Amino acid sequence: MAKWFPHNVSTFGGDIDSLFWLIFWVGLAWFVLAEGLILYFVIRYRRGKSQKAAYITGVPWRQSAWILVPAAVVLVLDLAVDAMGAHAFEAVKGESPQPDVRLRLTGEQFGWNITYPGPDGVFDTPDDLVMLYEMHVPVNKTVAIALGSKDVIHSFFVPALRLKQDALPGREIPVWFKATEPGDYEILCAELCGFGHTKMRGMLTVHTDESYAQWVRENWEQ
Amino acid sequence: MSETGHAEPTSFFRRYIFSTDHKVIGKQYLFLGMVMALLGGLMAYVMRWQLAWPGSQVPGAALLSEPAVVDGVVTPPFYNALVTMHGTIMVFFVAMPILLGAFGNYLVPLMIGARDMAFPRLNMLSFWILFTASSVMMISFFVPGGAAAGGWTAYPPLSARPLLSGVNWGMNLWILGLALEFSAFLLGGVNLLTTVVTMRAPGMTMWRLPMMVWMQLTAAIIFMLSVGPTIAGAILLLLDRVVGTGFFVPQQGGDPLLWQHLFWFFGHPEVYVILLPGIGVLAEVLPAFSRKPIFAYKMILYSIFVAGVLSFLVWAHHMFVSGMNPTLVMPFSVATILISVPFTIVIFALIATLWGGSIQLPTAMLYALGTLTMFIIGGITGIFNGSAPVDIYIHDTYFVVAHFHYTLFPTVLLGGLAGFYFWFPKMFGRMLNETLGKIHFWLTLISFNAVFLPMFALGIGGHVRRIYDPSTYDLLKPLHGITTFVTIATVCLLLSQIPFLINIVVSLTRGERAAANPWRANTLEWSTASPPPHENFVGDPVVMRGPYEYSVPGADQDWLPQMQDADTATTR
Repeated sequence: MAKWFPHNVSTFGGDIDSLFWLIFWVGLAWFVLAEGLILYFVIRYRRGKSQKAAYITGVPWRQSAWILVPAAVVLVLDLAVDAMGAHAFEAVKGESPQPDVRLRLTGEQFGWNITYPGPDGVFDTPDDLVMLYEMHVPVNKTVAIALGSKDVIHSFFVPALRLKQDALPGREIPVWFKATEPGDYEILCAELCGFGHTKMRGMLTVHTDESYAQWVRENWEQ
Repeated sequence: MSETGHAEPTSFFRRYIFSTDHKVIGKQYLFLGMVMALLGGLMAYVMRWQLAWPGSQVPGAALLSEPAVVDGVVTPPFYNALVTMHGTIMVFFVAMPILLGAFGNYLVPLMIGARDMAFPRLNMLSFWILFTASSVMMISFFVPGGAAAGGWTAYPPLSARPLLSGVNWGMNLWILGLALEFSAFLLGGVNLLTTVVTMRAPGMTMWRLPMMVWMQLTAAIIFMLSVGPTIAGAILLLLDRVVGTGFFVPQQGGDPLLWQHLFWFFGHPEVYVILLPGIGVLAEVLPAFSRKPIFAYKMILYSIFVAGVLSFLVWAHHMFVSGMNPTLVMPFSVATILISVPFTIVIFALIATLWGGSIQLPTAMLYALGTLTMFIIGGITGIFNGSAPVDIYIHDTYFVVAHFHYTLFPTVLLGGLAGFYFWFPKMFGRMLNETLGKIHFWLTLISFNAVFLPMFALGIGGHVRRIYDPSTYDLLKPLHGITTFVTIATVCLLLSQIPFLINIVVSLTRGERAAANPWRANTLEWSTASPPPHENFVGDPVVMRGPYEYSVPGADQDWLPQMQDADTATTR
């Protein structure tokens, strides 16, 4: 099953994956228990000449304990999942660490506009660079994105980063990540945004420090 | 009670079309739901074809006309319309008509010993409003611009401005259709509530109600309490579209997230509206074929009430990545995952009902067990979505699609079919063919899993929902074999329904005549003829005991009908 996950390249993706597997194994245990009981009961208590049903109402506490105890165990496990989840969620959607690189990402029907602040590091100045579909970032650097939309709701989704955030018109939502491996990773739109929804394929290129410097040189210094 | 009754109508129209008899209306809901299920299933087939073989001609596309298909190939706008309408139809025009409309109307008066619903004419009106709503939905495919294409959740601004989705009147009709549907079930809910509260037979105390009645009652209450905000939202959306207001349009000071809150405040409890009658079916079928009382009757009900209340406090788990305030996320995540506690009690109580039983496996029982075993998968996979950080990754992927189909398909279709096979003899006076039934069950169960189990893998692989052409993405290319497999399985799932349709036709015409109580069950509907006469009962039913007195020690037989005197039971 693990092979279906895209290779994780973000700092927080590992936490999400391990939480996934925690829920998976706990869920699998309950699945096996519940389905196993059903299967066993159906085989063991199949109607036959000798198989007469017992009158079990489940009302006395001694009997209802059979359903209350599992519920209590589930409650404890739930709280464990919640406790771990709170931490992992905070890591992704909480306060961003001090950013090294700032970008502006704006969805529109049907594409992604990526705005780089240019050499002066300030947006809305003449040296801003706008690219369609292409997001270039350096490896192992904190990237802060101001996410927005021009028209409808889009959703910025990079499976390799385990990162997803809806882009809302009229709002700027802060998003951050730190990619740990250079490479090209696809950007998808996860929210139905119209008939061109499927075409909103962007590309995140994570550069090594040298190639990022070269990309900046080639594209920013005009 | 008999003096309030009406004479049986003699004209065809009053008897079968504009009938006020709850049994006829129940069947009307059933047929409407089944026809809509067929249409919704065919929509899934067209979508799946495009996903497996993008840009190829859909076999049977000759039945569709331009601009929906061009040279037999589904166009992106039509694909989005199919996505939207498949969801809308399955939830509002299949699940609700069958589980609430058909089972609620047909069974509740019989089970509580009433002669009809409290408001028979209102009942007729509810059905015909729903029929109109269904027609409006289907007609919307044929207006210029086609049917609504913004997803069944209709998120604005996409749904709020015709220019953004390319759909004009289709979306307006979608809102109209839903408004009519809501009206139909609001009237139906009032009717059901009044019926259960005021028309129970002597001796039918609330704690003697069959579980099915409790589930219908709770579902009706949840529906009535939750739907208000969505109706308000739908009116605002219609105003945005038709009058040009900007409730959900940020350029005019509106907020798209407002819609999501209004929609999901109802949208999540709606899941329980659908789920509870499905559990009601299980709670009737499992004891009857285990010959045992249901395990912990009151504990199940208390758990359901707790889950019902919690269902009002979890709606924002659909919005973890929507951009809503992150401090709201964890409380909603905790509340969502907490729902697993009452449901553990319900599921284990249903399982414990089998414990020590004398289990028979006719088709109805197979479907009940299928519902239970499959719903467990749906329940467990819900934890992944409920966990906010995991949801960041799997939200709006096929993982979610797989999850909610594992909750709704077992409830609506497997559970609905369990009920259908169980109550068919009562409704139509004939037995269904068991061999065809079992073939139908195994084919459906296997192909259902073949369709939806692989979708978990697709979702984990990053396959987002509602995309028209997965071949656009390199990421999804290694998964394409799975996508194709799912499509083939979908075709199998649809074809698996052929034995069912044959079974209905053969059994209705040549099936064995059903006795009043073929399953030797306890509830009141089995104490009258199959099918029940006009006004249901020959005498006035008097209830002696609870609904699940199976295998009572010392009794001569392994069931004690609710209506039967204990003295006559033992002397017989």
